[in-house]
Amino acid sequence: MVSLLDIIGPVMVGPSSSHTAGACRLGLLARCLLGGTPQTGLLQLHGSFARTGEGHGTDKALVGGLLGFRPDDERLREALQIAEREGLDYKFEKVTIADAAHPNTVRISIELDGNKATMLGSSLGAGRILVQEIDGYPVQVTGNFHTIVLVAEDRKGSIARITGILAEHDINIATLKLTRKERGGDAFMVIECDEQPDKKAGEELKGLDWVRWTRRLDKVSGG
Amino acid sequence: MYKALSDAIRDAEKEKKTLAEVALATEARDQGRPVAEIRAALQRALDVMRSAIEKGIVGDLYSASGLVGGDAAKLRNSTSGPLAQTPFRDVLTRALAVQEVNAAMGVIVAAPTAGGAGILPAILTGLAKARSVPDTKVVDGLATAGLIGAVVAERASLSGAEGGCQAETGAAAGMAAGAATEMMGGTPSQVGHAVALTMQGTLGLVCDPLGGLVELPCVFRNATGSAIALAGIEMALAGITFAIPVDEVIDVMGEIGREMDVRYRETAGGGLAATPTGRRLAKERLYQIKRSDG
Repeated sequence: MVSLLDIIGPVMVGPSSSHTAGACRLGLLARCLLGGTPQTGLLQLHGSFARTGEGHGTDKALVGGLLGFRPDDERLREALQIAEREGLDYKFEKVTIADAAHPNTVRISIELDGNKATMLGSSLGAGRILVQEIDGYPVQVTGNFHTIVLVAEDRKGSIARITGILAEHDINIATLKLTRKERGGDAFMVIECDEQPDKKAGEELKGLDWVRWTRRLDKVSGG
Repeated sequence: MYKALSDAIRDAEKEKKTLAEVALATEARDQGRPVAEIRAALQRALDVMRSAIEKGIVGDLYSASGLVGGDAAKLRNSTSGPLAQTPFRDVLTRALAVQEVNAAMGVIVAAPTAGGAGILPAILTGLAKARSVPDTKVVDGLATAGLIGAVVAERASLSGAEGGCQAETGAAAGMAAGAATEMMGGTPSQVGHAVALTMQGTLGLVCDPLGGLVELPCVFRNATGSAIALAGIEMALAGITFAIPVDEVIDVMGEIGREMDVRYRETAGGGLAATPTGRRLAKERLYQIKRSDG
């Protein structure tokens, strides 16, 4: 559903909603995976991101997002210099991720204190984004909600247990998407929440012995 | 939000409301938010638009490539030209100012996109100043503009990469024309005609920025797009109607966009971007950006 405030907005640092605002949001989401500013970052740019990214400040926007700057933060202009001061060692590469990949796609590989994360995402236009892959797992994250992604063993009652934990932490679920490759195989869950899940909720989910992997991502878009 | 402007116009006429009121009520219902909260968000957007105009009009901002900048100040200071000291001139100046701020990585409101971000603020704040329109009415104008933009997004496109410049500055001009027509006292039906009369003038416009950068001709297209919007407003308020219904004009914009060769959709493969000078400038300037970033 199109919202008035999507049309009259976002408030953003120019010059391009897809190459700047969207890129910044992708950086912000990647930062969530480590819970802080990474020490190293490899940013692999595909398509139009690679071709016209520098002129659009895509590099500054991605690094600014990793530093925790939002799309309307004027510090984005100096993000590359600020990254050096804050000890974020970033590197850009131009790559072809896949011929069919969206023209504005980036793979972000980051590390903080030995924790590593990778994320593949695209900027779809008008500041909208879609994360397609986290740590090699296929996901669909838009950043319009606080989101939990997790991979669990395909077993009975798993959804009830997970939604129970979220309810105990007073978190309302907006949408829940569950997919699996085969019966008894890994189940992928993307849970969009109205409230921001706290660290403790995340740890409880991680503590379930049948949950193989989970990440929390902040809401970075929308009014 | 509405998928046809004709439906919104019909509802507004039936309920004796403005399109802004209809748009705000619909948004409140869609998003489960009170109207006051939506108005507050639109007021914040208006504040950002005004501050972008103030920054851009000074004339000390240049894009990373150096291809654009300083022209809003030139237009403001010029005493020659048939439009000197008219609201028309002021609107053109404001459009350049916002777009120069955008190209220089300043803060703007993407309305509907960053590439067409100069037109709506220029028309609404320029005409509000000329006619002493209070901010509440300008916020109404933003709501009406949002409604029109939502219909264009639904039926056609708001992306240069999908539909060419007609989908960015063309849509922005249509939104601005409709919004200003209502702000100046036009009826919902006149708003529809203002959008149609404006967007018929931008049909087929290609997206051909040098080097793929939102700079040239984007900055100037915001001024020329504003001029077309002013023509639409002037005609609609005079009671002139456009025979093709507004939703059909929007549909055909989408159709032309889909038929448009990829060279004309933000890829820098055609149009001004592919002229000998366009190619040369893009090559030089992109090299310059790389160097200045170290």
